Amino acid sequence: MDAAGAAEAGPGMRICVVGVGAVGSLFAAHLAQVDEIEVWGYDVAADHVDAINERGLRLIGEADLVGRVRATTDPAELPPCEFGIVATKSMYTRQAIAQTAHAFSDGAVASVQNGVGNEEVIAEHVERVIRGTTFPAGRVVEPGVVYMDVRGDTWLGPFEPRPASLEQVTRLAEAMTAGGMNAKALEDARGAQWTKLIFNAATNPIGALTQLTHGRVCELAETRRLVSQLVAEGKAVADALGITLDSDPDELVDHAAEVAYEHRASMLQDVLAERATEIDALNGGIVRFGSEQGIPTPLNEAITALIKGLEFSWRQPR
Amino acid sequence: MAAERIARVCVIGAGTIGSLLAAHLSRVAEVSVLTRRPEHAAALAREGLRVSGKSELVGRVRASDDAGELPPFELGIIAVKATELEQVAARLAGLARGATMMTIQNGLGAEEVVARHGDWPLISSVTFMSGTRHSDTHVEYELDTATWLGPWARTGTSMDTVEAVARLINESGLRAEAFTDLVPAQWSKLIFNSAVNSVAALTGLPHVALFADEDALGPVVRRLVDEGKAVAAAAGVELYEDPWEMNLLAVARGETNRSDYAHVPSMLEDVLAHRQTEVDFIAGAVVREAARLGIDVPLTAAVHRLIRGREASWTLRAQPKRVPA
Repeated sequence: MDAAGAAEAGPGMRICVVGVGAVGSLFAAHLAQVDEIEVWGYDVAADHVDAINERGLRLIGEADLVGRVRATTDPAELPPCEFGIVATKSMYTRQAIAQTAHAFSDGAVASVQNGVGNEEVIAEHVERVIRGTTFPAGRVVEPGVVYMDVRGDTWLGPFEPRPASLEQVTRLAEAMTAGGMNAKALEDARGAQWTKLIFNAATNPIGALTQLTHGRVCELAETRRLVSQLVAEGKAVADALGITLDSDPDELVDHAAEVAYEHRASMLQDVLAERATEIDALNGGIVRFGSEQGIPTPLNEAITALIKGLEFSWRQPR
Repeated sequence: MAAERIARVCVIGAGTIGSLLAAHLSRVAEVSVLTRRPEHAAALAREGLRVSGKSELVGRVRASDDAGELPPFELGIIAVKATELEQVAARLAGLARGATMMTIQNGLGAEEVVARHGDWPLISSVTFMSGTRHSDTHVEYELDTATWLGPWARTGTSMDTVEAVARLINESGLRAEAFTDLVPAQWSKLIFNSAVNSVAALTGLPHVALFADEDALGPVVRRLVDEGKAVAAAAGVELYEDPWEMNLLAVARGETNRSDYAHVPSMLEDVLAHRQTEVDFIAGAVVREAARLGIDVPLTAAVHRLIRGREASWTLRAQPKRVPA
């Protein structure tokens, strides 16, 4: 039975995951566990796509399952889909949605990416957009195989300027939950998104610039203080936007120091591997929204410039 | 020491700056060198001290790792890093009575440290020359910019002495200029280093044109400079040069506007070598002065904390993983 045949099992739903990296694979493989859901995946990595088509998409670690996913590197192959889930790194959002938007002309597209500003870019290309924030994480260990490091919840809500209906949001959240990825539909998902944004923007670049693990950033009074100062700037911007945070990011920072002492922030991993970071969607996002609201964010601005300087240093002769 | 000729000089610390001074001065004076490591002293005594680049010479020096074995001298130049100054000044305590001592460290506060260990008349200096140390006995002379000297007011050092030292350095083939009050120049360089060295240390970038680019690091460097200028103003210091203009000039200079020849600030060298940096004496000095004067310097404090964190990343051992209660 091919993947399209699964739709015959009931009132089917077709979902395309755009960007089948670590996080995209977690969603795609879990959704494929539901008989009524036909899952497509679009990615530029040909070896990963080929492996998925040949052997299915395998999750190990915190999950142990194989999902039947139709994967492609050619956006023209994508059929019309009810939902899109964009899971690329934030710097590839524009390119990825421009390539795939045709598949979602009658559907709705959710972002489950890091930072802020992704939904705005998606909305330039599609009519109905869903704001999303997700906590599960993993890593691609070989083509077609993804290690799930942590399980966690996903929050979805209509993206206010070009919203999907709450009914659509709920339908997608139920589909994710049915597949084993717990998701909640909210009327206003900004609180969840900004809580995670402020946490990440306050901790990731400090780890990246000092090369300290999260626990040690928190242990050193000097760097811990800097984290709080970044949190305070982020909270001021969220306040000006009228967003009520889900929880206090400063408390999340201390909680993470207990449960993830040895964790190296993903931005530190990017820096050590000399890969482009998501600074523009994190601290850069806080700066952009702050400037629109007339809220100064001098420390986030400086941190953004320093990380960009660091990225530039990898292109220096040495 | 009056204005008479300085015949004997001791250079304390033979890093890049100390080596450049010792080798050049050996052309015009008897030079001894105090090193930290005995094998360094032995190599200098055996091979001499070679300079390449802007000068080509091999200087003959006496060298020892034992301060007590140094021959007498009229001028001591303390050229160790600010981080080692306290320890070195303590080794000199009780020695070289009557000599004049000159500090050449980055940042602020070197004179106070030395003055705690002896009543030598002190000369303040800041240097803009640079080089690369290839080995214990070979240093390359790169930027042949000047060293500026001035009397440290609290020891009443005479201007005649300062001028005699400047003359000696100029005769040796290096460049020096005597100032009646060095404080404005010291602060200009302090603020320049607080901005440029900190950004270089954190980004891994040598001092390239990006440091003055309004769409890149320019705004950060400018704000660090502005914070430093506010502190200088509150301290009543009228700067000798505008540190932002110094930044523009440095990145426009032939050696630095081509990124492959850009100057690597010493703090970046320290970070790359996982050595303790001078940040506490540079950005840290601006933060301390700001606190004393009631000025807010949030960005300077942030880069100070980040560099301290970076140092901790290679000095701290991994802590045992804590388990939630």
